[in-house]
Order: sequence, then C-alpha cells, then structure tokens
Amino acid sequence: MMEEPLTETPEILDGPQAPKQSRFVERFQLFNQNRLALVGLVIFLAFFITAVAGVVLTSGHDPVFNPAQVRLQEKLLPPFSRPNLETLKAHEAPTLGIYLLGTDDLGRDVFARMLQGAWVSLTVGFVAVGIAVIVGIFMGGLAGYYGQGGICYDQILSVLLFLSGVIFFLLGWVKLGCGLFGVGIFSFILSLTARGAKSNHFMPGWLRKTAFSFDTLIMRMVDIMLCFPSFFLILTVVALLPASIYNIMIVIGLTSWMGTTRFVRAEFLSLREQDFVSAAKALGVGNFRIIFRHMMPNAIAPVLVSSTIGIATAILTEAGLSFLGFGVPPPYATWGNILSDGKRFIFDAPWLTFIPGVAILIVVLCFNLFGEGLKDALNPKLRQE
Amino acid sequence: MRTESPLLSTQDLKVYFYGRDKISRAVDGVSYNIHAGETVCLVGESGCGKTVSALSALGLIPSPPGKIVGGRIIFKGKDILALDDAAMQKIRGKQISMIFQEPLTSLNPVFTIGDQIGEAISTHEMIGPDALDNRCVQLLKDMGMPSPEQRLKDYPHQLSGGQRQRVMIAMALACNPDLIIADEPTTALDVTVQAQILNLLKSVQERASMSILYITHDLGVVSGIADRVYVMYAGLIVEEGNTRQVFGNAVHPYTRGLLASLPDREKRGQRLHNIPGTVPNPAYKPEGCPFHPRCSHVVKECKSVLPDMIDLDEGHRTRCPVMV
Repeated sequence: MMEEPLTETPEILDGPQAPKQSRFVERFQLFNQNRLALVGLVIFLAFFITAVAGVVLTSGHDPVFNPAQVRLQEKLLPPFSRPNLETLKAHEAPTLGIYLLGTDDLGRDVFARMLQGAWVSLTVGFVAVGIAVIVGIFMGGLAGYYGQGGICYDQILSVLLFLSGVIFFLLGWVKLGCGLFGVGIFSFILSLTARGAKSNHFMPGWLRKTAFSFDTLIMRMVDIMLCFPSFFLILTVVALLPASIYNIMIVIGLTSWMGTTRFVRAEFLSLREQDFVSAAKALGVGNFRIIFRHMMPNAIAPVLVSSTIGIATAILTEAGLSFLGFGVPPPYATWGNILSDGKRFIFDAPWLTFIPGVAILIVVLCFNLFGEGLKDALNPKLRQE
Repeated sequence: MRTESPLLSTQDLKVYFYGRDKISRAVDGVSYNIHAGETVCLVGESGCGKTVSALSALGLIPSPPGKIVGGRIIFKGKDILALDDAAMQKIRGKQISMIFQEPLTSLNPVFTIGDQIGEAISTHEMIGPDALDNRCVQLLKDMGMPSPEQRLKDYPHQLSGGQRQRVMIAMALACNPDLIIADEPTTALDVTVQAQILNLLKSVQERASMSILYITHDLGVVSGIADRVYVMYAGLIVEEGNTRQVFGNAVHPYTRGLLASLPDREKRGQRLHNIPGTVPNPAYKPEGCPFHPRCSHVVKECKSVLPDMIDLDEGHRTRCPVMV
C-alpha cells in the first residue's frame, strides 16, 4: 500500500510571505484594539511618571514642592485658591502660585502631598504584588507539578527536630538547640538522598512511608492562610513590627499569595497532562526547566491578569491601613493618610477626602482595565496570522 | 537471527499500573530487539500496551500509578532501568528520541517553532545563537518545509497538521539520535500527508542510519516501512518475525484476524472480517492465553496455560501451539 509514494515530498518553494512584525509590535497592536485597556495603559503610564516625578520633586533639602510646609494661616483652603502672599514668607509660598488641590488642616499643600503619596501607592502595589506573585507561582508550580510526590514520616520528623532545635536555641538552651538543629538537618539530607535507593539501612520501614502528598501540604497551607481574616492579621503584624513602608509591603505580599497559588496549581494540573510536556521530557529537558520555561508561560496569562487586580487591592489595603493610622508614619504623606486626615473635615473641606479617594479609584480602575487588555495581548492565538 | 548485539533489547518487561483496588497489567512480559539501522514495528489494537512498552524505554512511565515491576531494557549494553534521572535525561533526546501521536498538542503553544527546535539542540549541546539558527533552518529544510527561515518565527497554531509533525520530527532528529520511537506519528494526519511523513521518515533513516521503533495499529503502514514486526495483544507479544514472515505466513489466530480484516481489492463487495469481542481489560485478563475468549481455534489448554513463544522459522516466533 505504501510502496508507491502517493506524492513526492514537495519542492522547497518560496511563495509570497505575509509581512512579519516583531512580537512587541504585534502585541501592542492587539492591545490597541481594546480601547479601554489602552486608556488604562495611558493612565497607568501617567501615574507612573507622576509618582517618579513626585519623588524627585518632593524630597531633598529644598524640594520644589514641599509637602511638609505648614502654613497655619492658610488652612483648609479649597482647590484653585490663591495664597495670601502678604502673610507668607517667600519660601512658604506654593510653587505653582495657587493651591491646585487646596490645603489641609495644617495649611499644607495637598497637591504636594498627593505627589509624595503617589510613589508610596505605586511601590506598595508593585512590591506587595511582586512578592505575592513570586511566592504564589513557586508554591503553585511545585504543588501542581510535584503534587503526586509524597512527604514521608522521616521528613516530617526531621523538620520537627530542626524546628524544635531552633526554638530551644532561642529559649537559651544553646547546646541542646544546636544538637537538635544539627540532627534535624542531617536526617533531612539523609531522607532526601535515600529517596531512589532500594534499601535504607538507617531507618525502619514505616518511616519511609508516605504521610501525605506534597500537594496536600501546600494546598492546606493555602486554606489555613485563607481562613485568617488577613486585614486583621496585617494590623497585628504592623502593630508589632516597627512602622515602615517596607514592612507593610512585605506583610501585604505575604498575606495575598494564596489566590495566585491556586491559579497556578490549577493550570499546572491540566498542563502536566499535555503532550508537549511529555515531548519536552522525551527531549531530555530537566524538571526545573519544564516547570519554569515550558509550563509557566502557559499559565502566566491568568496570573498576570489577576495580579493587576492584586495591585489595585494592595493599594486599597495600604490606603485602609493608613486610614486606620497603622500605615506609613505621619510626616510622610500617602493617599490613605491624606484621606484619613481629611475625614474630620469632611463637611468643611470635602476636597480633602474627595481628591485622594478619586485618585485611588482612577488608579485601581486603570489597573483592572489594563489587566483585561493584557489577557488578550498575551494570548498567542489572537495574534495576527 | 543476527549475531551482533541489538541496539535496544527489552527483556521480559513488566509494567503495571496500580489503581485503588486493582492492578492493571498493561505490559506483562514483553521482549523485543531493535538492531542498528532497522525499522521495527509494534502492532496491536488500542490498549494492548504498545505505547507503554515504548515509553518505558525512555523512562517516561507516569509514576505513580505506573511502575516497572520486572525485566530489563538494555540500550547499547547498559541497563537503562537502573540509571538515575540525570543520566536518563542525557539519553532522552540525545540517543533515543520520540515522535508523539498528536502533533497539535505536542508543541508548546506559546513558543515559536524556532524556539522549540532550538531547545531540542541546546539541551544537549553547547552551541552559539547563530549556529543554532542555522541548524534549525537546515533541519526544517531537510524536513521539506517551504521557506524555513520564516517558519521558524511561526507559532504552532499557524502551521498545518503535516507541518507540525515535520517540526516534531525535526525536533526528534535534532541531536542525531540512534533510535527514534515513533508513536503513531501519522494517525492524526490525513492519508496523503501520512504518505509524505512516512517517506520523510524513511529517507531520514537512510541518510542518518538510525533505528526506528514504529508503533501503529495500521497494518498498511507496517507493510510499507517495517523490517521486522512484533504483534502485541493484551500486554504480550503474540507473534514476531520479519515483514514477509508475518504478512505472508501468519500463524497466530490474532495476527491472521488482523490481516483478514484489512480491506483488499479481491474482497471487494464482501463484508470485512472482524475479530469478535474486545481487548480484555488489563486489570482483569482471562486465565491462560489472553486471546482465547475471542479465538475460533480455542482448545481446552488455552483456557488454563499461557503458552510460550515457539520458534517456527528463522526469527519467526509465535505464541500459539495450536496453530503450529
């Protein structure tokens, strides 16, 4: 049946080719088709530039816009009001000549304070979500890919030894602590190296049995974390740690990775069964590379989209913390504490709550729109043929 | 039988899948040899253990639930079942590579063809980016792809099924392996493309003098490309021999049944033969010869004793004492 070839292998032809574009241009064009996403991107860029400019313009010895300049005689002025230059010293006058966004109860220029606060909102959003996404991808990837692999009793035992060693050490029982610490590490390494071996003379058989799967461990950790009312967990941690913007970022990040983990795990469970993963294995590609280079790009699009929304949530969380007085310590302005300071004057000076509130709303909204557009731009099937 | 030692020799391989309360004996004592430069076909119905026995040669049995419980796989004189993961990775793709059944899903949708062929090479070789590009273009050219430079920048969904399978073959050939395992590479393709791919495989094999283990259920394909044929049924080899022996002089009732169910010009207008029944569930195989419930030549011993392979001719062996 097959002795006679039905058709010859075709000659190599060079037919007319569709013009090729770089990947970046292609993605941008796709993004361009979604008008709302484009609006989101433009606002995001404007926000980014404002935040960076804000840092430059409001810091240093003699800042262009001084957010900390107190002018008690000029307090609670509405937006666009002119300063009374007769009562102000030369260096106290607002740089723009008018109070663009009004002044607060201490006569500080709200425009300068908003500029300073933009950087905090931006970094809180990005750093917190960055931490959450990295932790989430790592945990989700491991749970999804190695999910079947079990954790044996000996490994649990060695981790317990290790932890009790650390605790004893911290309690002051240095020798006992160090001993348990060392034994814990040693037995953990032993349990890892003995994995593939057929017989292990050091340990009784029941210790080598699987207690629960790796997937169970990570997903139950996620469940536990989700059970915590995370805002109150953040409040507690922030109350215990020194008040600093970096602590807040880290705490927000470490309490919001669970969604990403679930996403990545779910994607990985289906990707793991795909033929291209078997094909990569058959080519001799290593496990680590399969996880991070072959499977991750397939799982990353929903993660990125959810993380843009996560940035919005992180900005809101920081604003909420600042509003409650647990956020960035006072002389430094953030949108949250401008809002919180303004609440006392909400009927006399509504712009003090309105301006930061609207700013937060716009930035959060633009991130959500941007995320939607990104989802389309990252899908290779929607790219131009 | 040839005297030099085979490139790949599987001896009494047993692969079981452990379920909650049952054991599926997917491969239950399979032995086959592949010599250098030879095309060997594994033939059998769906679910008879062809793919599992081939995947074990690459150490790709999903475990758990699968487990290789017995036997040896000797590749170039080394037992590869005893190798650890790192050593196995050096063999995969470099010395033994695989072509999968579904070219659609075997390519990663988010990378270009060039990325993927490039990775197949750079996983095993240190090579600069320009040299890598040239190698990829040359590979695609060898595969008969039109305008290979442009194709390198394409994504898998932009190619047709036949083109994708050519890319898969290019990836499998990237490091000049000694053995290619082709798992029904043409099943998902239409007949004309199927013929092109088979011709391609044959010409590549002649050029690079590599061995092919070709897994299929299509006897038409087998007669076209195979040097030797192993017929599998329910996790066992039931008949082996060179193509002429198996096609011209089949002994085992299962092989005969398969051959009889091929459409043929002389059988025009008649009903096609079919083998009654289905392949037994690998968890609940019948006692004795696994084929006896479907066999028309069944005798009493078939129901209790699993027969051994019987030598018939030079290299022709079968597992049916009744028909000999």
